Amino acid sequence: MEGSVAYENDLHLKATELRLGLPGTDEREEHAVSNVRNNKRPLQEGGANGKSDSQNETAPPAKAQIVGWPPIRSYRKNNFQSKKNESEGPGIYVKVSMDGAPYLRKIDLKVYTGYRELLQALENMFKFTIGEYSEREGYKGSDYAPTYEDKDGDWMLVGDVPWEMFITSCKRLRIMKGSEARGLGCGV
Amino acid sequence: MRPNWAEQMSEDDEKQQSPPSDLEFTSNKARNCNATGSGSGHPEFQPPYPDQVLENVLENVLHFVTSRRDRNAASLVCKSWYRVEALTRSELFIGNCYAVSPRRATARFIRVRALHLKGKPRFADFNLMPHDWGAHFGPWVLAMARAYPWLEKVYLKRMTVTDDDLVTLAESFSGFKELVLVCCDGFGTSGLAVFVSKCRQLRVIDLIESEVTDDETDWISYFPEGESHLESLIFDCVECPINFEALERLVARSPSLKKLRLNRYVSIGQLYHLMIRAPQVTHLGTGSFSPLEVAGQGDQEPDYRTAFAACRSLVCLSGFREIIPNYLPAIYPVCANLTSLNFSYANINTEQLKPIIRNCHKLQVFWVLDSICDEGLQAVAATCKELRELRVFPIDANEDSDSPVSEVGLQAISEGCRKLQSILYFCQRMTNAAVIAMSKNCPDLVVFRLCIMKRHRPDAVTGAPMDDGFGAIVMNCKKLTRLAVSGLLTDKAFDYIGKYGKLIRTLSVAFAGDSDMGLKYVLKGCPQLQKLEIRDSPFGDAALLSGLHHYYNMRFLWMSSCKLTRRGCQEIAHATRRLVVEVIRSADEEEMGDSVGTLYMYRSLEGPRIDAPKSVTIL
Repeated sequence: MEGSVAYENDLHLKATELRLGLPGTDEREEHAVSNVRNNKRPLQEGGANGKSDSQNETAPPAKAQIVGWPPIRSYRKNNFQSKKNESEGPGIYVKVSMDGAPYLRKIDLKVYTGYRELLQALENMFKFTIGEYSEREGYKGSDYAPTYEDKDGDWMLVGDVPWEMFITSCKRLRIMKGSEARGLGCGV
Repeated sequence: MRPNWAEQMSEDDEKQQSPPSDLEFTSNKARNCNATGSGSGHPEFQPPYPDQVLENVLENVLHFVTSRRDRNAASLVCKSWYRVEALTRSELFIGNCYAVSPRRATARFIRVRALHLKGKPRFADFNLMPHDWGAHFGPWVLAMARAYPWLEKVYLKRMTVTDDDLVTLAESFSGFKELVLVCCDGFGTSGLAVFVSKCRQLRVIDLIESEVTDDETDWISYFPEGESHLESLIFDCVECPINFEALERLVARSPSLKKLRLNRYVSIGQLYHLMIRAPQVTHLGTGSFSPLEVAGQGDQEPDYRTAFAACRSLVCLSGFREIIPNYLPAIYPVCANLTSLNFSYANINTEQLKPIIRNCHKLQVFWVLDSICDEGLQAVAATCKELRELRVFPIDANEDSDSPVSEVGLQAISEGCRKLQSILYFCQRMTNAAVIAMSKNCPDLVVFRLCIMKRHRPDAVTGAPMDDGFGAIVMNCKKLTRLAVSGLLTDKAFDYIGKYGKLIRTLSVAFAGDSDMGLKYVLKGCPQLQKLEIRDSPFGDAALLSGLHHYYNMRFLWMSSCKLTRRGCQEIAHATRRLVVEVIRSADEEEMGDSVGTLYMYRSLEGPRIDAPKSVTIL
């Protein structure tokens, strides 16, 4: 799975570490470590760092392009960059943690076309079931609720906002369990 | 070698020497012309009265002469004709903004209503020129503000236009009617906003392939209230959202609107609203051609097809910037009338194209992506018997990608579209046979531009260079004036071009040729050559010098990454003061010793310009 490969190559120290605490609590430390190692800019959003790490690991080195060849004006070239295979364009990578699970995963939100696909992927990834979503009551029928941290640092329930808004504002995902999950789900 | 003035009438008039020069004019004086101005030569007996009549007659007659070539010719008959022509020229075309200064142009032509001005050479489009190279509109607009209070139209291509320039334009000419900016940059939505708010007589504002900065000003809402005279509103290149409500109100109060080309921030739903307000449009750019949000089940979608059917005058269709092919059938009602269709942003495949193109019997201009494949081109060839211009762009502009179009598509087009006049074709593989076939099947070709994207690629079947293919084109297409070559080419190809390409005015060469002979053939053999742009080809100083006799008859010569040295370019610069020789350093290249990265050379009446950036050295 692409997410886990990227994760393991990047954070290999942490990969073997068992943690009892909530994953994601020492994320800042992880980021700092990976920054130093990779000489990256201090990261702003979880997605940005994830993206560049992942590209280093999995993308083939770009061939040296001749300037101005083929003779196509750049606005024509750019028009189709975003329409090419997702694997070639930049993805929106976010870290996903699940309460109780020792490892973080990384996924590319651009790969999914909507919430249903995303949630299915999460279910497969962490081997659990998410309940049924309703606007009023959140995810019913399971102990888990998928949440995300948005640009403002607020934790929201996945599904509350339109998909396009979600993928541009989501910094990281966290699958909450138990009472905390239920608390978030109920009409905040 | 004195150029034959009468024959050398190119479309540019910057070639004119403004004070009459020596020999020609003295001899003309003997021919009964009114000797005005400079006193020299024989005193002639001229009764003033009949000459006054003659001049008035001339003035009236010349009003009907609109072609600039004819006007250039007329201006050379004698001084009297020169003067009258200058008084009556209302449309001024300047093919290179640095060939003549604003001051000189406004001094000669005093009653200009329309200005057509071109700046940077074409290779600037492909990032081969520093961004700040020049071609500033500023000095021109200031000069015209003083000289032409009745200016109505400005057409600019590859010029840098600032927001201030737009403001000056709007404030200086109370009757200003038309602004067309093609491949321009340097301005933003705030400049546009001021411009549209102040030009109360505006009929045409066309922004084509230009770079417009998003200053987050809602320029559409700055059009003055009340009925507008707008006939053409083209902004498909503007890469920022627009206020749709304002746009809708504007369209609703523009009863003369015929051309409307929207940018990709206009959804198909919004397009629908505009179309029902302006069913009289003849040229429509459809914007994104996809909905804002994915329509849920049961959502009522407007009847797009009826909206298109209501546009009975629609002949030119473009846009489709983010097309969702499901919506394509909506355009069926207009296909039969279309003369121009631009699908060059529409990522559609063969099967999606076929039902559309099957109905486009009147199509004359077709721009498309290679996503339609050879089979799509075959479908075009089967139906579009009136096709005059075809452009096939690559979806993946990469040397190493697979191209879905090839010699098969070219062959099919040549067999089906016999009236073809202009073709631009990007592909990864080609054969001489297909090119030769086109040269024989399409004798009306005026423009032949083939771009085999992989450099130095030979004939895909025989492995031979592409010399014979291009040779056939110049041999058989007797009307050819523009040629762009590619693929593996030896000097032989240039030998053919020099021998047969007698009408060629524009020649583009990239990664071609073996030696100086290649360039020498062309410079020697092509008397009509105006614009020669060469990159990455092994032509050196000797070849460059061999063309010295010809350069003043050309608009420009561009040579980048060839084998030129500073010394060679210096020699040209010293040989004549009538050419401006610019050596351009690219930002990230260090020139090794004496070698020259880019040479851009053009004739000029003004000598070295004063606004060149640091990266440009004028020898």
